[in-house]
Amino acid sequence: MVSEREVETIAKLADIRIQKEELGEFTVQFNAILEYFDILDRVEAAGEGSADLINIFREDEVQPSLSVDDVLANAGSTEDTFIKGPRVM
Amino acid sequence: MAGTYHFDAEDRHNAFITRADSAAFGDGRLSGIPLAIKDNISTKGMQTTCGSRILEGYIPPYDAHVVELLRKEGAAIVGKTNLDEFGMGTTTENSGFGPTTNPHDPARVPGGSSGGSAAAVAAGMVPMALGTDTGGSIRCPAAFCGIVGLKPTYGRVSRYGLIAYSNSLEQIGPMARNAADVSTLMVILCRYDARDSTSYDRPYAHAPSGEIRGMKIGIPVEYFGEGVDPPVAECVRDAIATLEGAGAVIEECSIPSMEYALAAYYVTCTSEASSNLARFDGVRYGPAVETKRSWHDEFQEFRGEHFGREVQRRIMLGTFALSAGYYGKYYAKAQMAKENVRREFERVLKSVDVIAGPTMPTVAFRLGEKSDPLSMYLSDVLTVPANLAGVPAISVPCGRVEGMPVGLQIIGRHFEDEVVVDAAYAFEQEGSA
Repeated sequence: MVSEREVETIAKLADIRIQKEELGEFTVQFNAILEYFDILDRVEAAGEGSADLINIFREDEVQPSLSVDDVLANAGSTEDTFIKGPRVM
Repeated sequence: MAGTYHFDAEDRHNAFITRADSAAFGDGRLSGIPLAIKDNISTKGMQTTCGSRILEGYIPPYDAHVVELLRKEGAAIVGKTNLDEFGMGTTTENSGFGPTTNPHDPARVPGGSSGGSAAAVAAGMVPMALGTDTGGSIRCPAAFCGIVGLKPTYGRVSRYGLIAYSNSLEQIGPMARNAADVSTLMVILCRYDARDSTSYDRPYAHAPSGEIRGMKIGIPVEYFGEGVDPPVAECVRDAIATLEGAGAVIEECSIPSMEYALAAYYVTCTSEASSNLARFDGVRYGPAVETKRSWHDEFQEFRGEHFGREVQRRIMLGTFALSAGYYGKYYAKAQMAKENVRREFERVLKSVDVIAGPTMPTVAFRLGEKSDPLSMYLSDVLTVPANLAGVPAISVPCGRVEGMPVGLQIIGRHFEDEVVVDAAYAFEQEGSA
């Protein structure tokens, strides 16, 4: 079981503000879902993962890409060739 | 002949978020055919929202690989279809742009999350559309709207340009009125793409065949178990009998890991979502964040306001499932379960060619019927196993219950998308005979 306080902490970690009056409902739903997830406690590994997997690598070479204008076109706030975000400090 | 398609079909079911009144098209196998694209697939110059207010106004500067391929074949891209926000839902009610309704009964949902694409095809606005399927999001709305939808083998269609929700599970796939059109789209969509590291070089050069004599079809007991509405189960059993009449061989089988497949699915997709959706912060795209205030204060408020409740719930569930102390209990176990499901499908598919059962346990719900998240999740129980196993799965209409369409689901071996298309095509031929 998770408490309202824990749900509030998780929301903070996920950068999502939950209104105080909604916290109770979120917590009830959260607990119902987590209780259902408990069925995973019974899972046991059937063996090693498949051995036929291969990693796909590529050389780190410069490829043609989008123009600076294209990249900045959807940003809310820009300055020269930079995107502006909220204050860090 | 190249030209311009004038798209004036009335949208009675809120199937589209964005539409192009006139769409240029070129020459090719799809020349002049109007196609709708689910709104989580990037289209150059055309708004792409994922059904979320957090991406409202976002105009992608590039096309997804699949959109490039469709344009190259002359398709007219007439618009972007509605979906549950970021693909998170089974009804298309969780859209930031209002729900889509079912063309067979507007008081009911079209299924989800590719509900807009399914409704657009079912209402006759377009003959074909693209959807995406993370845990059933192509097959569920295909079943509820009475059309054909295929989730290809994982890796067969490039995900480049699909705005990621749960990378290890999702695939782009075709939705159309019949299996032949689905097959035509697969010929075009299955092209290796180096920009998706999970893309597999396995072209689809196939024309559907109605010949299924000797095809072995496994019927898992779990697909007809508790929770499956008896009239739906009966309708699907009749469809399987039709395939048997056409010469297929029916065998009972069992997939015991189905028991925990749904939990494994929801732990996996919420965990991946918590990471994937961290990028939506109003800085690079979508509505602009206020830059005068401090970082976390502003992001928390922005994401609290612009994400819908289901998206918030899934991000938070994923954040929890990946947190220190809980990772072993949830995420690690879910990956074990996923591997077990894959192995079981491979084992069963050694002795049968395909597996068949209902796509959904019921017909389309009424709008607002599934207000509790867990009960909504439970309705995905028959579709998520194919995503965990990575195998191809198709839904083909097989009759009606309460006047609403029922879908027959046919699941095949890895990279044997052709075989599930053939089985669906054969069923159509027999059904209309």
